[in-house]
Amino acid sequence: MGIRDRTGPAVTLATLSAVLTFACARGLCQPVAQPSLDPLTVTEIAGGVFVHEGALALMTRANAGAIANVGFVVGEDAVAVIDAGGSTQEGRRLLAAIRRVTAKPIRYVVNTHAHPDHVFGNAALARDGVVFVGHRNLPRALAARGQFYLDRFRRLMGEELIGDVKIILPTRLVDGEDTLDLGGRSLRLRAWPAAHTDADLTVFDQSSATLFAGDLVFVKHVPVLDGSIKGWLGVIDELARMPAARVVPGHGPVGPWPDALAPERRYLQRLAQDVRGLIDRGTTLRAATESAGASESERWDLFQEYNARNATAAFSELEWD
Amino acid sequence: MATTAVRWLCVGFMAVSTANSPAFAASPEPVDPWPDLVRDVFDRRPLVEGTGVVAIEMPDRAEDAAVVPVTLWLRAPEADGRTVRAVTLVIDQNPAPVAAKFQLGAGAGAAMISTRVRVDSYTNVHAVAELSDGTLHVAETFIKASGGCSAPAAKNADEAKANLGQMRLRQFAQRHIPPDGLREVQIMIRHPNNSGLQMDQITRLYTPAFFVRDLRIWQADQLVLKVDAGISISENPTVRFTYRPDGARTLRAEAVDSDGHDFTGEWPVEAGAME
Repeated sequence: MGIRDRTGPAVTLATLSAVLTFACARGLCQPVAQPSLDPLTVTEIAGGVFVHEGALALMTRANAGAIANVGFVVGEDAVAVIDAGGSTQEGRRLLAAIRRVTAKPIRYVVNTHAHPDHVFGNAALARDGVVFVGHRNLPRALAARGQFYLDRFRRLMGEELIGDVKIILPTRLVDGEDTLDLGGRSLRLRAWPAAHTDADLTVFDQSSATLFAGDLVFVKHVPVLDGSIKGWLGVIDELARMPAARVVPGHGPVGPWPDALAPERRYLQRLAQDVRGLIDRGTTLRAATESAGASESERWDLFQEYNARNATAAFSELEWD
Repeated sequence: MATTAVRWLCVGFMAVSTANSPAFAASPEPVDPWPDLVRDVFDRRPLVEGTGVVAIEMPDRAEDAAVVPVTLWLRAPEADGRTVRAVTLVIDQNPAPVAAKFQLGAGAGAAMISTRVRVDSYTNVHAVAELSDGTLHVAETFIKASGGCSAPAAKNADEAKANLGQMRLRQFAQRHIPPDGLREVQIMIRHPNNSGLQMDQITRLYTPAFFVRDLRIWQADQLVLKVDAGISISENPTVRFTYRPDGARTLRAEAVDSDGHDFTGEWPVEAGAME
């Protein structure tokens, strides 16, 4: 997930021009309306279940925001898309990948939460007959955060990639559980209490026992806390009981269930335990961000980018206990 | 005093919102607002540097621009009887640069005041301490951050709404903060502290500014600390500080937000923390 940019001079002029050259070399300088975008690379991880694994990176101009896992499930009558990616361009490439696999209509686009790497591709999939689906809190989260995300990522990724991004609110809201029918195939949706964010939704394909966990599950990519650490640890326990064979995490490779959950649980428990100990000893927020979770640093990609921020969020929450 | 402080906040807001207009934001070298701030906030009074009366501790780079810890260290000149009367925290490039003015209760002797702020862009940060003889002493630092003022509040919006106005006092075992005999406490208030710069994507309207603007902490009838706060203070405002205990059995806090809501709390002084 890419809500964060390092606030330092991560993109110098030199690297920026390098990125531009690279982008142009790949044909990305063309107008975004260009019809023949490369389809996203997708893998059929189970019958009718396709996943594109995002890059383990922050959203940048070079990767066009394609850092989250996105996927789709094909039923007898229709297709459901689960997350649309981090730019309209990625959404178009996802659409092209779907059209290579099937001509069936897209009936649903499910957004697992409000972060830009999961929703910025929505506009590419919006057309008559497509229903956007999300947690009952998703409209509120998109309203509160959408403009901030657009402004921030326009600066980081450029107008060419962000100019045609539209914040699209879900019209089918999930409070508790819901089922999407694709014809001979049902997707069970579940809205969770505040955990990774306060609008987390999972999608469970009953036919293949595949769980699309959104950012409730991170693999390899350090978990990112933007909701409640106590809530997340509680949700993990419940999530682990879902009868899935495999999980599509929000970031990182598809893995066996519930084993793929173990590293994230360990990280969040460690972070919570460290932060609680530091609070009990009267440590300041600043000192806490320098040490909480440090023992996990070698185990995760993007640890330096997110851990201190996670510690800040955990501290701000747990100091009220 | 409160009226004066509010005027300062507004003047600061207007002065620098001009400098932060899109035309200026696009330029690589933003205008330095500090000379105007010295004029508007400090009436062009001389600011003395390098006296060691005040120091700022802040990270070089914000981990979360909406929650940046800042600590002010205060030390009145030794042996001449002058004391620190107030300290003003200014985040130069923020839309409302005057983050807070802390007024120290007579005899309460705060030597450390720590809070969390929003930082909107790369900026100088100034702390200006006023001694009891009226002289102003300044310290400066620089921080890299972006977007702190427009960042959306409330990671957990339902909980934030349910708990608005909750107050808590934490009392710390003594650390070795000179001078001796001071105690350290932290006052915390659950409040969204909306900056007024957070836009609703759907309505295209800015969420109105809604923040704790006045906080006072007392021991019995003695004022320990008064804070005139602006929109640069982070969600769930907190102030951690040291003070000289006068034997009172309780600490009391009174807060008022920008909509006029009052929040109060009173806590027994913990014996353990008094050792």
